[in-house]
Amino acid sequence: MKILVCISNVPDTTSKINFTDGDTKFDTNGVQFVINPNDEFGLTRAMWFKEKQGATVHIATVGDASVEPTMRKALAIGADEGIRIDAVPTDGYFVATQLAEVIKKGAYDLVIAGRESIDYNGGMVPGILAAMLGMNFVNTCISLEVEGSTATAVREIDGGKEKVSTSLPLIIGGQKGLVEESDLKIPNMRGIMMARKKALNVVPASDSNPLTKDQTFEKPAAKGPVKLVDAGNVAELVSLLHNEAKVI
Amino acid sequence: MDPKAFSAPDYYLLDDVLSSEHIMVRDAARSWVNKAIIPIIDEHAQNATFPKQVIGGLAEIGAFGPMIPENYGGAGLDYISYGLLMQEIERGDSGIRSTASVQSSLVMYPIYAYGTEAQKKHFLPKLASGEYMGAFGLTEPNHGSNPGGMETKFKDQGDHYLLNGAKMWISNAPFADVAVVWAKDENGRIHGLLVERGMEGFTTPETHNKWSLRASATGELHFDNVKIPKKNLLPGKNGLSAPLHCLDSARYGISWGAIGAAMDCYDTALRYAKERMQFGKPIAAFQLQQKKLAEMVTEITKAQLLAHRLGQLKNKGKASSAMISMAKRNNVAMALQVARESRQILGAMGISGEFSIMRHMMNLESVVTYEGTHDIHLLITGADITGIPAFK
Repeated sequence: MKILVCISNVPDTTSKINFTDGDTKFDTNGVQFVINPNDEFGLTRAMWFKEKQGATVHIATVGDASVEPTMRKALAIGADEGIRIDAVPTDGYFVATQLAEVIKKGAYDLVIAGRESIDYNGGMVPGILAAMLGMNFVNTCISLEVEGSTATAVREIDGGKEKVSTSLPLIIGGQKGLVEESDLKIPNMRGIMMARKKALNVVPASDSNPLTKDQTFEKPAAKGPVKLVDAGNVAELVSLLHNEAKVI
Repeated sequence: MDPKAFSAPDYYLLDDVLSSEHIMVRDAARSWVNKAIIPIIDEHAQNATFPKQVIGGLAEIGAFGPMIPENYGGAGLDYISYGLLMQEIERGDSGIRSTASVQSSLVMYPIYAYGTEAQKKHFLPKLASGEYMGAFGLTEPNHGSNPGGMETKFKDQGDHYLLNGAKMWISNAPFADVAVVWAKDENGRIHGLLVERGMEGFTTPETHNKWSLRASATGELHFDNVKIPKKNLLPGKNGLSAPLHCLDSARYGISWGAIGAAMDCYDTALRYAKERMQFGKPIAAFQLQQKKLAEMVTEITKAQLLAHRLGQLKNKGKASSAMISMAKRNNVAMALQVARESRQILGAMGISGEFSIMRHMMNLESVVTYEGTHDIHLLITGADITGIPAFK
């Protein structure tokens, strides 16, 4: 089985978010980038297929050279080969069109993408990819087994779970549940050294244009002070909610 | 405190001069320490028990012999990576770092540097995987700063050597499978011998009632007419310089490790000072607390620069024993001072096991003494710049 794990390079969740150039660009200064958590669950599941079923695991990222440390970490965790598509990722359509070319050329049996990246939370890439490539698709996937060319997946639905069976080639939008946080792998020293020798191929971007353009970014307004209302004074609470907060 | 909230001081942006591979090594070790050491270490230190369950994790992450070549089971990393690993492990606990240091620098290194091919092939992969744990026997009851005066001796009996003597203050001794033991031959020349558990007359009583390195197993090595097969002698080097070269490697690791302990104390104190309210404001707003914190981050930054430059020199084979002495002495004393000042910032909470500071402080009292005392390292610098050894 040949697996491609699509990896986004995203800011760590503890990063302080700021913008530059008149609030038109994300300020990467002092920001630590990591493997998108939804992708890391998928990568860890792919490692399981590698160890138990002899799968080959490639990773692909759309990004400039600055994403390579994140890709090397994925290689240190155990992926066999990396493909960097040399373009700055913009909207979901652009990223999906770039990845589609790599998937077509690589003839992958299984493509694991995160349900969404935690930076812009678009949640579009796996769905667009499936449509573009005509592949079977399971989104919000929380469990995946593969036997021969048959896959059994569980996806999260409103208020419950849905178990589906489908066939390869397949693309999933994965998330926590594929593996648990305690299963995530910390790269070891030998893995880090081996990652140095693994192929990280840089391919040029294919010809496509983003469908959207960022205009400006805006941070949520800072939280105001808290007003404490005496537990016995319901009338004042109702008045504040009605007249000041205007929520009732 | 939540280990994930830890923020490492990097005042002079040293991350910029580290390679992405160094950062990956550092971050991997930091994640492992958050997961495997910090949640369990206080209980083990309180109960004076060594957390044997971390041996597998230390091996898995690659903390045993990271600079030993891959064909012998190591990771083949450079010395800055080794230093960063020691820094992160000691952020967890000096005792766990000691276990990794001893295994890597004092057991695997001498076997790699002075051992036969058969010894390397037999011992190094087992030590790297944690299947074997090792100890290093140099210090004796009557010979600490003066190891050349050692009394442990061995005699050539034709088909084997006969070893007699005792070593003390030996990390990992109680559970070690193999000990690198330094002893004098009949001509008074020091050699390294590989003494294996199970050899008749070899015992390893544990040292109890320590107030320091409580989560590390310390013991003695007793040799009562132990028959050592001749194939267990390290042939590559003899004389006092042989064990001292091993100490260079371990002391180098300690100079980085101490920074880890200091960073943990400083970060804890900084966070606490910003949250703890007195007189209607956080105590971080008071000048005397700011003085402590500002001096701490200054000293940590200087220690980081010292360690980093020493790492570059070590990678080029240019780090002398005296250079390593300077860094070990400075950085451990720095860490001890940072621990003491941090303890004061936390007030009474500073003595609680809820926080790591007091444990680090007690551990560092050992670290400032072992692998060359604070005073001896100063005299090594003195001897180096004057050409006149004051300790002979």
